[in-house]
Amino acid sequence: MSKLIVGPFNRVEGDLEVQIETADGVVEKAWVVSPMYRGFEQILHGKDPRDALIYTPRICGICSVSQSIATADALARAGGVERPKNGELALNLIHACENLADHFTHFYLFFMPDFARDIYRDESWFSPVAERFKAVRGRAAPDVMQARAEFMHLMGIMAGKWPHTLGIQPGGSTRSIETKEKVRLLSILGGFRRFLEQRLFNAPLEQMLEIGDQQQLEDWLAAGDPAQSDFRRLLQLSRDLHLDQLGKTDGRFMSYGVYPLEGARTFRAGLWYQGVAGELDTTGITEDISHSWMEGQAEPQHPFQGVTLPSGDPDKGYSWCKAPRLDGEVVEVGALARQLIDGQPLVNDLVQRSGSNVRNRVIARLLEMPRVLIEMEQWVRQLKPSEPYCSDSRTMREAEGVGLTEAARGSLGHWVRIKHGRILNYQIIAPTTWNFSPRDQQGISGPLEQALIGAPVRQGEREPVAVQHIVRSFDPCMVCTVH
Amino acid sequence: MINQTLGQQAGFNLLWLQSGGCGGCSLSLLNAESPNLLHTLEGAGINLLWHPMLSEETGSEMVRILEAILAGEIRLDALCFEGAVMRGPNDTGRFHMLAGTGRSMLDWVQDLAAVAGYTLGIGTGASFGGITAGGGNPTDACGLQFAETERGGVLGEAYRSIRGLPVINVAGCPTHPNWITETLMQLALGEFSEADLDEWQRPRGYADHLVHHGCPRNEFYEFKASAEEHSQLGCMMEHMGCLGTQAHADCNTRLWNGEGSCLRGGYACINCTAPGFQEPGHPFQETPKFAGIPIGLPTDMPKAWFVALASLSKAATPNRLRQNAVSDHIVVPPQTRKKGRHE
Repeated sequence: MSKLIVGPFNRVEGDLEVQIETADGVVEKAWVVSPMYRGFEQILHGKDPRDALIYTPRICGICSVSQSIATADALARAGGVERPKNGELALNLIHACENLADHFTHFYLFFMPDFARDIYRDESWFSPVAERFKAVRGRAAPDVMQARAEFMHLMGIMAGKWPHTLGIQPGGSTRSIETKEKVRLLSILGGFRRFLEQRLFNAPLEQMLEIGDQQQLEDWLAAGDPAQSDFRRLLQLSRDLHLDQLGKTDGRFMSYGVYPLEGARTFRAGLWYQGVAGELDTTGITEDISHSWMEGQAEPQHPFQGVTLPSGDPDKGYSWCKAPRLDGEVVEVGALARQLIDGQPLVNDLVQRSGSNVRNRVIARLLEMPRVLIEMEQWVRQLKPSEPYCSDSRTMREAEGVGLTEAARGSLGHWVRIKHGRILNYQIIAPTTWNFSPRDQQGISGPLEQALIGAPVRQGEREPVAVQHIVRSFDPCMVCTVH
Repeated sequence: MINQTLGQQAGFNLLWLQSGGCGGCSLSLLNAESPNLLHTLEGAGINLLWHPMLSEETGSEMVRILEAILAGEIRLDALCFEGAVMRGPNDTGRFHMLAGTGRSMLDWVQDLAAVAGYTLGIGTGASFGGITAGGGNPTDACGLQFAETERGGVLGEAYRSIRGLPVINVAGCPTHPNWITETLMQLALGEFSEADLDEWQRPRGYADHLVHHGCPRNEFYEFKASAEEHSQLGCMMEHMGCLGTQAHADCNTRLWNGEGSCLRGGYACINCTAPGFQEPGHPFQETPKFAGIPIGLPTDMPKAWFVALASLSKAATPNRLRQNAVSDHIVVPPQTRKKGRHE
């Protein structure tokens, strides 16, 4: 038995340390540590509720729009504000742009460079992978940055800037889109589509969505050249390295659903466990602080009642992260959960066969890009320049509201209580808080701690590469986790 | 493996660390274009020793880079530090331990700044404390050389980097990618001196401008034709809390993400490049007034003149601007001249 402290992790957003105990070349126990705390929930106490729109996007620079959407939704709910259809479309476009840019950045700049590490130099695919994906020096990186920056011009037009826009308001978007801008938005989406079709998939986006099960995916892999398609390259090395056996959780999934339009969500909300889809009731959400550096009531609390107060006692727990649970159970969130619950056929087949693992998480993320980009093209076409984009927001004296949405990496919730026109309590549960939660009162580990069990550690490995793949397959956002 | 000769190489070695911010300045940096970030750095001869989002080295490999810098084996030309430094609880710095090292970032940054050719505070957090220092400042966050408007910070008022400059505050929440790349390129070229810093030690390249410059709503400002609700086209100074006439930055002439800015996006400037911006003392999106007159007027204009000119220009506001100011799209277009029109 030996213990390793692995950190700092890079190519994730924020700060992370993982402690593992290994025996016989595999991980036996794991502790996930979030070593940074800033105190947004404390900072928000006593503020004018509208000011939350300034603070919460600054929880995170990679999913700042998701934080804004959650705040705007919570305030809209608290104030009974309805959005015009243009406002819903505009907010969906801004949110989707962030989420897709996030998937794109994660795959090319965060996840793939690990396969270009020297530890894989004997693999048959190593030399083209190293040439294309090597961190900083790989051929893909500059092209990816250029494509990402050009895609983000959508933010310049619709949101003023990214990150940290203030254009997302309870009543909709502060930026009305004119006819001339609609066509420019379409050309920006067309540019991004071209990159995905030429380099990522080497196939039309519509064709990618027709792949309905694992067999068809294998047939599609065999029918083309991995040198021309980064997705094929991923499938090839996933097969060779058995990434479908790495980083398994017990596979209880949750999604809040996302991209609301005229009373429905484009991705539906729900729960999924062992092949059975269920309705989601968020009144069963609690946060447990038994293993966190936090003060408060011993019993887990629903976020409307919960508090976030740091403890001065370093021995009290092992992470600044709390342990959220749904009806007392651990759930995994993310693109895999979102698409599974929404009924995506290929994702459903992959999960039925091999559950939740490194390969399936990354495939789900990549296949979300064609699905959402096609929606974005439709949303732009539905914008009506002469009609309103924003309804009036109101000043609230006594109210409460919840905003539930999906960031790229999973379910994000904000719960706000307002008294005498000020924020009495504001609680946030971010996707990585679910996925990277520490143990709870029952000693049950969160999804990542579970997923690390059994990960191989090669002789003499100080930074086990399998641990790196598993961690990054969740695309963690640590600054959101602890806020 | 660390390249043993790197310390002696030509070129300009850059190390980037993040602490109590949101990573937004790094994400903004990735928006650099024409050329993209990597080609921009390469063209300027800037070597990335390590960046938390981009580099391969992880865990102990990364810590070894820090140790080699401190041991003098690698020359550190520029230390870019992003996010506030958290001194709490009780001056331990324990609110941010550098993972895998058992040491606070507070300790690491003090050691590394002592050997850095130049030290840059990236974003308003690292410059002054920023958002993390908001509310009651629960983590005792501050900037590298300022705690809000007070000089000092974690490096102290007297701090000078090896090449003799105080901390360069590339302030902004987030900061614009070009504010970072242009400052780094000037440093690498040796064309940056203390005279290039303003009173808050921000690069004057962008801080000598006001957000008001190039604002597309300037015609509304001229006639004090004001927006009253979000998404309306009028000037946002009178009712919506806009600080563009006082905020130091070139957002409306340089633009963001190809062509945006806060004002072009339809929302007020909150002066995010300034120390203390996170606690304006009133709701951000309301303009505080005394006897109906905004309190925060342009800093270099006598108040009496402003009031006199404002009432005059309000009386002269064309109908077109008066109507468009409170609409979410142009309802009255500019008139064409009828003289000389062909029948």
